[in-house]
Amino acid sequence: METDTIRRREKQTGWLLIAPALLILAFVFLYPIGRAFWLSLFTQNLGTQLEPVFSGFNNYARMFGDGRFWYSLWNTSVFTTISISLELVFGMTFALVLNQAFWGRGFARTAALIPWALPTAVMGLAWAWIFNDQYGVVNDLLFRLGIINEAITWLGEPTRAMFSLVVADVWKTTPFIALILLAGLQSISSDLYEAHAIDGATPIQSFRQITLPLLAPQILIALLFRFAQSFGVFDLIQVMTGGGPAGSTEMVSIYIYATVRRYLDFGYGAALVTVTFLLLIIAVAIAAFFLSKSRINISGER
Amino acid sequence: MTTMPTTFLKSLNWKKVLLWTGVIFLVLFCLAPLLWQVLTSLKTNDAIAKLPTVYFPNSQQLTLDHYLILGGKFLRYMLNSAFVSFTSTLICLAVGAPAAYTLARLKIPGEQIILACVLVVSLFPYVLLFLGLLELVKFFGLGNNYLSLIIPYTAINLPLTILVLRSFFQQLPKDLEDSARIDGYNTLQMLLQIVLPMTIPALVTTGILAFIFAWNEFIFALTFITRDTLQTIPIAISKIGGASAFEIPYGPIAAATILGTLPLVILVLIFQQRIVQGITAGAVKG
Amino acid sequence: MAQLKLQNLRKQFAPNVVPVKDISLTVDDGEFLTLLGPSGCGKSTLLRLIAGLEQPTAGQVVVGENNLTHIPPGDRNMAMVFQSYALYPHMTVAANIATSLKIRKTPPGEIQQRVHTVADTLGLSHLLDRKPGQLSGGQRQRVALARALVRNPEVFLLDEPLSNLDALLREQVREELKELFEKQNKPVVYVTHDQTEAMTLSSQVAVLLDGLIQQLDPPSRIYTHPANKFVAGFVGSPQMNLLALECQGDRAILGDFSLPLPSFSPQPSGIDIGIRPEDLSLATEDDKITVQGSVSLVEHFGRELLVSVKIKGSHHTLRILINPDLQWEKEDIKLAVNPHRIHWFDEKTGDRLNP
Repeated sequence: METDTIRRREKQTGWLLIAPALLILAFVFLYPIGRAFWLSLFTQNLGTQLEPVFSGFNNYARMFGDGRFWYSLWNTSVFTTISISLELVFGMTFALVLNQAFWGRGFARTAALIPWALPTAVMGLAWAWIFNDQYGVVNDLLFRLGIINEAITWLGEPTRAMFSLVVADVWKTTPFIALILLAGLQSISSDLYEAHAIDGATPIQSFRQITLPLLAPQILIALLFRFAQSFGVFDLIQVMTGGGPAGSTEMVSIYIYATVRRYLDFGYGAALVTVTFLLLIIAVAIAAFFLSKSRINISGER
Repeated sequence: MTTMPTTFLKSLNWKKVLLWTGVIFLVLFCLAPLLWQVLTSLKTNDAIAKLPTVYFPNSQQLTLDHYLILGGKFLRYMLNSAFVSFTSTLICLAVGAPAAYTLARLKIPGEQIILACVLVVSLFPYVLLFLGLLELVKFFGLGNNYLSLIIPYTAINLPLTILVLRSFFQQLPKDLEDSARIDGYNTLQMLLQIVLPMTIPALVTTGILAFIFAWNEFIFALTFITRDTLQTIPIAISKIGGASAFEIPYGPIAAATILGTLPLVILVLIFQQRIVQGITAGAVKG
Repeated sequence: MAQLKLQNLRKQFAPNVVPVKDISLTVDDGEFLTLLGPSGCGKSTLLRLIAGLEQPTAGQVVVGENNLTHIPPGDRNMAMVFQSYALYPHMTVAANIATSLKIRKTPPGEIQQRVHTVADTLGLSHLLDRKPGQLSGGQRQRVALARALVRNPEVFLLDEPLSNLDALLREQVREELKELFEKQNKPVVYVTHDQTEAMTLSSQVAVLLDGLIQQLDPPSRIYTHPANKFVAGFVGSPQMNLLALECQGDRAILGDFSLPLPSFSPQPSGIDIGIRPEDLSLATEDDKITVQGSVSLVEHFGRELLVSVKIKGSHHTLRILINPDLQWEKEDIKLAVNPHRIHWFDEKTGDRLNP
């Protein structure tokens, strides 16, 4: 292979072409994570005049006793679980609808892109307005339907605030799941359904025995992406509730941001970043494992 | 004998009803919040605060004041966002396309590892990055400098750009590149003069996605840019609410929302097909 | 004067993947060499090695006095026509033809003049402003040819350039190609799996299998004197009858019949024979060597009938081309074998035994 000068030159060009991208990625993704690992071993806050002082695993020990951290982790888990489950159900419904031929399908597809394309922070404000306790349209509609007879404070009460956030998040990200599932649906040959129908299967049976198994990779991919995004959800919470009322919607991300920006506790913030990162990586690794397994299953069946 | 066709007809109708219920729900669900902001932005303050809620305002209840109140400052924010998004998109394509080409064709060692890293990195929530980036921004003195946004925006869009373009490059017939080599192009000339011109549709697709993501980014813009005149749309709009302590100015927020998202809505309307392609290519092919 | 010389070329991708094992040959100016073989025989890899698109693991590519083995493809002054034509879809026909000249910094005036000359020759002048997408398959093929010709290269390489054309056009273009390259007076290497193209176009044919040259000869000799069983079976349509027979003394046993062996020493215990279907005929009274059998299949081949005959007393079948006007017995057909037209192959190596 030494003699393969052309190949060698090509490889050199290859490294040259990819180097800028790798450099930027390393700067923006790897450095901050690595830096957080390092910084998490120091105490650097107002108590140390913002100078880093080595403190070993003190920050992690502190985390164990930090009720606010565990509460935020719980909130994040609740938010993530509920919103992703709902998004999956809605996303599947939308995908099935968009997979049908009907007049105006192009319009429906465009409409479905709108929530995905708009800035979360801005539309969070729109949802806060919709859930407004005095003039909000949700309260008004519930009045008119006779379901309530006095105004409900949606964002001022823990459970309802969480509910409102979930609704806004489902609105924002269902289209993404729907589009990925739609791509999966379109790749399933209609022959399979016809053969199954000739075998006497009902549409519901077909859905369970053909659609769901063949869609497994897309479902897992959508779940993977959504899990990572949802676990780090920030914009929506920041503009809609700011983590309130009384920390009942405070997610890990909001807590990290407050620790660094408001309390200027950089060392502890770095420890929070590190732990969140590790939790995320573990979850992603598990998902990736199932993903590779499902892909093998599918190809094995064919 | 007549029951057969009737039940058949019934089942057909039932399916249609279900489908159209789904379609109407989908469209309403997706558009209602935005339409509500449109309506709010056009109502006078009195109409906004009127109970029960006004859904069909009369002519006295309609106004453009909320738009006018935003003034020239808002135009500035729009330009800020446009500049940052556009620049970072261009850099992202300029840096991402060669990288994608390397990963598609040039067979460097460690290709699979690089690909896996690119994929994993695209899953990192930005909140895990801002602390380290904040230090870098301070170190290089980039606070209140657009570079502190352009570089991270380039980076967050790189994984998708690389994955989508790579899959496009792989689909190009290899003969063309062989032919170009025999014609005497070197790798760089070939990339610029043969490969990229044939990839323009893919470049447009990924460019649109990158532009949208950059336009919408919140946490970096919130952290690294503190000077009012430099702010981007998402920050500027979210700060309108904080301006008055007593009453949140819903009208101006709604008007700002409409103006601030108009470029995105236009992009979606024009490039609907391409955007869908880009999203699915990025997620599924990776 | 340029001569293309390949010396002991070898290409190894992986320990078990060796598409080109050890190939040496020369192609002189004006010679038209066809690399013929089934898919996977290494013919395309060999062409890519010559072009410089792949680097050989061992061996050399030499043109004239210059060793080009480590020279990048663009600096080799070779032109290649691809099976897919590989036209740049975003460039006009004129730009497509001109690219290689532009890269070499040829003066614009000269480029224009050369492009027009070539376009004239190939009847493309009225298409110069079109994009490849607006051309028919035949026109695209011409543009690909024009792109190769305009460079005035030292060597022409063609990779199945006719296989994307429909059958009728293919025959016509084949003739044009022959004329065109005869005028160029340069070494031409042509890859195909189609034996008709190989036979009609070439001055030399190299039959390839498993990365090795099985036979390198003019087309007529490839047909009349196949060097081994593989070449015998690969070249010729309908395929040559190939039978593995036992020998007794100086005769090879075919069912109830026998064929006289040429004088081999030592006499083999078994032998492979090949007889082309057209070298068998319906036996008349005068024929000395005959076999008998029953007809198992009759296929219409247009001008002739291809009749499969199961030989009496054996499991062997001989296929024979018969003029449809002749009369013959279905149950008991008698065939004459011309002993001079029998090809004898070693039963172990498959190599040709008779001169």
